[in-house]
Amino acid sequence: MKTVLADASKNKNKRASNKTKHIEFVRYYKKNKALYFMLIPCAIYLLVFKFTPLLGSVIAFKDYNIYEGIMKSPWVGLKWFKDFFGYSGFTKILWNTVIISFYSLIFAFPAPIILASLLNEMKNIYYKRIVQTIIYIPHFLSWSIVFGLSYILFAGQSGLLNQFIKQFGFDPIQFMQSAKLFRPFIISVGMWKGMGWGTIIFLAAMSGVSPVLYEAAEIDGAGRLRKFINITLPAIMPAIATLLLMKMGSILDVGFEQIYIFLNPLNLSTGDIIDTFAYVQGIKSEQYSLATAVGLFKSVVGLVLMLSFNEINKKITGEGLI
Amino acid sequence: MKIKKSISEKIFDISNVIILLIFSIMVIIPLMQVLAVSLSSNNAIIHARVWLIPSEVTIQNYMHVLNSSKFINSYIITIIVTVFGTFLNLLLTMLTAYPLSKKHLKGRNILFLVLFISMIFQAPLIPLYLLVKTLHLTNTLWALLLPNALSIFNTFLCITFFRSLPEELFEAARVDGLGEFGILFRIALPLSKPIIFTLLLFYAAGHWNNYQQALYYITDVKLQPLQMYLYSLVAQSNSADTGGAIIAESSSNMSSEGIKTATIVIATIPILCIYPFIQKHFVMGAMIGSIKG
Repeated sequence: MKTVLADASKNKNKRASNKTKHIEFVRYYKKNKALYFMLIPCAIYLLVFKFTPLLGSVIAFKDYNIYEGIMKSPWVGLKWFKDFFGYSGFTKILWNTVIISFYSLIFAFPAPIILASLLNEMKNIYYKRIVQTIIYIPHFLSWSIVFGLSYILFAGQSGLLNQFIKQFGFDPIQFMQSAKLFRPFIISVGMWKGMGWGTIIFLAAMSGVSPVLYEAAEIDGAGRLRKFINITLPAIMPAIATLLLMKMGSILDVGFEQIYIFLNPLNLSTGDIIDTFAYVQGIKSEQYSLATAVGLFKSVVGLVLMLSFNEINKKITGEGLI
Repeated sequence: MKIKKSISEKIFDISNVIILLIFSIMVIIPLMQVLAVSLSSNNAIIHARVWLIPSEVTIQNYMHVLNSSKFINSYIITIIVTVFGTFLNLLLTMLTAYPLSKKHLKGRNILFLVLFISMIFQAPLIPLYLLVKTLHLTNTLWALLLPNALSIFNTFLCITFFRSLPEELFEAARVDGLGEFGILFRIALPLSKPIIFTLLLFYAAGHWNNYQQALYYITDVKLQPLQMYLYSLVAQSNSADTGGAIIAESSSNMSSEGIKTATIVIATIPILCIYPFIQKHFVMGAMIGSIKG
């Protein structure tokens, strides 16, 4: 009898505290209605353009027929996934995506760090500023423009570089029309375009370090390299970790605009990546379900990788970034 | 106390200067060449006489481009999209960032989580495309404005910035009877010049340079923005190269090199014009970003 009464009063207390929380919230809401109103446009945007397409991804498990609509299209389960895993070209596409992303990680990711470090060591402010300004320009050029620039420089017959090569009697190199050279080419162009942006970010982090630290290290006899390793590098570690984490999440996200604009029949074998495949199959060939399955696969892999990386980071540094 | 530099340090410094010089040159050369070709006559171009400096200077390429109605049309489209798009972006970003910057906002954590997840886990292209199609937005300018109306990354930047604004100012305004909307637009906004500039540059450059959205949603040639037009222009003669037809190159296609480069130059000028402003304000924005990072 006592326990029943005790339970009843415990539940009553719980209900009472839930109710107070509820009242608290209502009171808070009434006082701050405007703030919640401000969030309405964002909520609508998220619902329409982020949430709804996510729901729509269910067509990856159906045989989507545009006339039947989503609800009436027949359910096919994992058919599309099996299809594209089995599709002989798919291994190639996945491989292309992974390799290009991998190259990007090894070459394109460290480049701005190195460049920022070099700039940081530059004592002459004017030279530093001029170089900074110059290398930052390509970031603001569109990929169409970069493609145009590449064409002027690297075209098979008429490109500046090839004309230079021809002067010396050598055969022109097909930079933009060769399957073999496509990946190095696309990574190099990507680096050319993106280095400046990363450099600014890292430079900003580096300039946040108090000069007192450097002076103290100098007095203690630290050389250039030691100062860099022990002061500068730790200062940019948070930025590096965060950017690396974000890169992991988008590991299969090589950059549609970057790749698509350079693709042509001759370099398709090494250049076609998941995104371009999804676009061509999906929008152009109207293979909606297949392309959606491919896209879903990509998102899931990216998410898994990012969470894994976060776990690893937790084990190493003791705290996760998420 | 002046500490003498060792020899290895001197070598490092010199190589540093050289390396940075090389990087700078690598950026400048393509731009110089494009400018040079655009100012050269067709004759000089065909005979490969343009080496970083215009040969047989002429402005006929530019005249040709400026007379092209397709070009002018796409230019106007891009200007419209950039102006309206950036305005919409800024409005949406600030409206969303302001409440989320308040530490006392109930439900804040859930909202943050939702935003973060939608930044990371994007729905695949096709459902989004089908959605736009269902809403009858394909082949309208709305397709270029709405799907990316809010950049969550930029919103986070904005939130960080708003947090740095003094709460006392807001309190004083509240005491004076000003509502939250009033506080946002009359007090926070004027103080937000650095972040507004940064966001403006990010968003505007994004709109100006984007061709992906147009590629997906717009097939009507009359609505093609600048970068799509540029792409189709440059990719045209690319097929001559892939076809391996050297004959095609030396015919009328070659003369379009001058036109292509002139188009590139005119397309890039607005970006380069605001570039000095970018320099000043972006470093501030980068600092905000890296503090957050």
